[in-house]
Amino acid sequence: MESASGVLLKTPLNAVHRASGAKMVDFGGWDMPVQYSGILDEHATVRTRVGLFDVSHMGEIQVTGPQALELVNWVSCNDAGKLQVGQAHYSGLILEGGGFVDDILVHKFAGDHYFLCVNASNQDKDFAHIQEQNTLKKFDARVENIGPTLSQIAVQGPRAVETLQKLTKTELAPIKYYWFATGEVAGAPATIARTGYTGEDGFEIYIANSEAPRLWGELLSAGEEFGIKPAGLGARNTLRLEAAMALYGHEITDELNPLEAGLSWIVKLGKSDFLGKRKLEEIKAAGLKRKLCGFKMTGRGIGRDGYPIQVDGAEAGWVTSGGPGPTVNMNVGMCYLPVEKSNIGQPIQVMIRNQAADAEVIGTPFYKRAK
Amino acid sequence: MYPENYKYTKEHEWILVEGDTGTIGITDHAQHELGDIVYVDLPKEGAAVEQGKALGSVESVKAVSDIYSPVTGEVIASNTILTGAPEKLNADPHGEAWLVKIRLANPAELDGLMSAADYQAYLGE
Repeated sequence: MESASGVLLKTPLNAVHRASGAKMVDFGGWDMPVQYSGILDEHATVRTRVGLFDVSHMGEIQVTGPQALELVNWVSCNDAGKLQVGQAHYSGLILEGGGFVDDILVHKFAGDHYFLCVNASNQDKDFAHIQEQNTLKKFDARVENIGPTLSQIAVQGPRAVETLQKLTKTELAPIKYYWFATGEVAGAPATIARTGYTGEDGFEIYIANSEAPRLWGELLSAGEEFGIKPAGLGARNTLRLEAAMALYGHEITDELNPLEAGLSWIVKLGKSDFLGKRKLEEIKAAGLKRKLCGFKMTGRGIGRDGYPIQVDGAEAGWVTSGGPGPTVNMNVGMCYLPVEKSNIGQPIQVMIRNQAADAEVIGTPFYKRAK
Repeated sequence: MYPENYKYTKEHEWILVEGDTGTIGITDHAQHELGDIVYVDLPKEGAAVEQGKALGSVESVKAVSDIYSPVTGEVIASNTILTGAPEKLNADPHGEAWLVKIRLANPAELDGLMSAADYQAYLGE
């Protein structure tokens, strides 16, 4: 998503990253830090201590009005009607054909106020889609793209609670996983959600752009005694891969549906009608042909995104995301395979630059934190 | 930083020539750009390599990069240390973590490579 001038977009923390010596990359049109001290070091820091991520490139869309719930429930496959105030859930914006517009987090602020966190590179598309559906279905709801005004900072790791608690009067311990609170962090109004994309405990903090650089600095100071470090998109990817969390454009796309992606738990076919429902019912009735699976390399090599997979010498699927799993100490990945070849223990071959490397289907997630 | 007795390529490999044998590695700049190296794929002894063609690959956490041979010749040794400890490429790219040794087929190819001073000027551009 480049701006009209072709210049990379920047988060309010851009200058802070550059001053700290982070390695910057073009990430879907955004100038983002891929690493600071090194991906493996940052990965280990999040698993054992606490890491800080600038995820301000993520989009935020607000849906308000008397029929806010009706609109959210029409465009997304999970049942937002089941959410309580202060609760969030993972969901999908689904196309009529069953594929994904995007995967999203839905937060319920009030019966007439929902807040969606969406992927950076999809935010304009998502906003246009929801607006269009709102108009088509004549809902009494208002859709606002508030992403450009908000920054998002993720504090993730076993010491995240202690770190963040030093900067807020809001009691963090009672906030359950996938719940959120509104309060003040470092003296600025913030939404504090106990969510994340790392497989660790932690929070995602939504705050006004103007407050982000100060909050970043205060979080680094607060976490110093716990060994906090800033972490980039490189570690964010290895962490989410070990946790087997989907990434739009990889495990899920406009041509892949939530049922085959192993996300039937976010598809509530029993709720009121929603976009894509009929197609998903058909797919379910016909039976799945392919399925998202986890694998580990048993031979030498690393299966990477897009590599073909063979079973018994015949083309069978492809790797959606793959790489080293630093904490699980295996080269792992996710892939699509025919359902009949997807059982745990199934031997597969990943075609690494035209050479077959042995791998095996294993269960996901690869990494699960001790509670 | 960059040994004077090595020659360098634009693709960030180095070669140290002793007699008719060349020891090949990647430069400190290359390892720094790649970040944490987690896997190294090298040719077997006896393999033929050609100047400018891929002789193997190095993988960081994020990506795979080809290693291009600075010279044409035959592989006479691969550095087996890197199989079990690819991270040594980050720690000592100009020394312990050499990649392969090659018997040179055409020493005149070396004339097209950069000196340490030229390589540093190239990096500075």
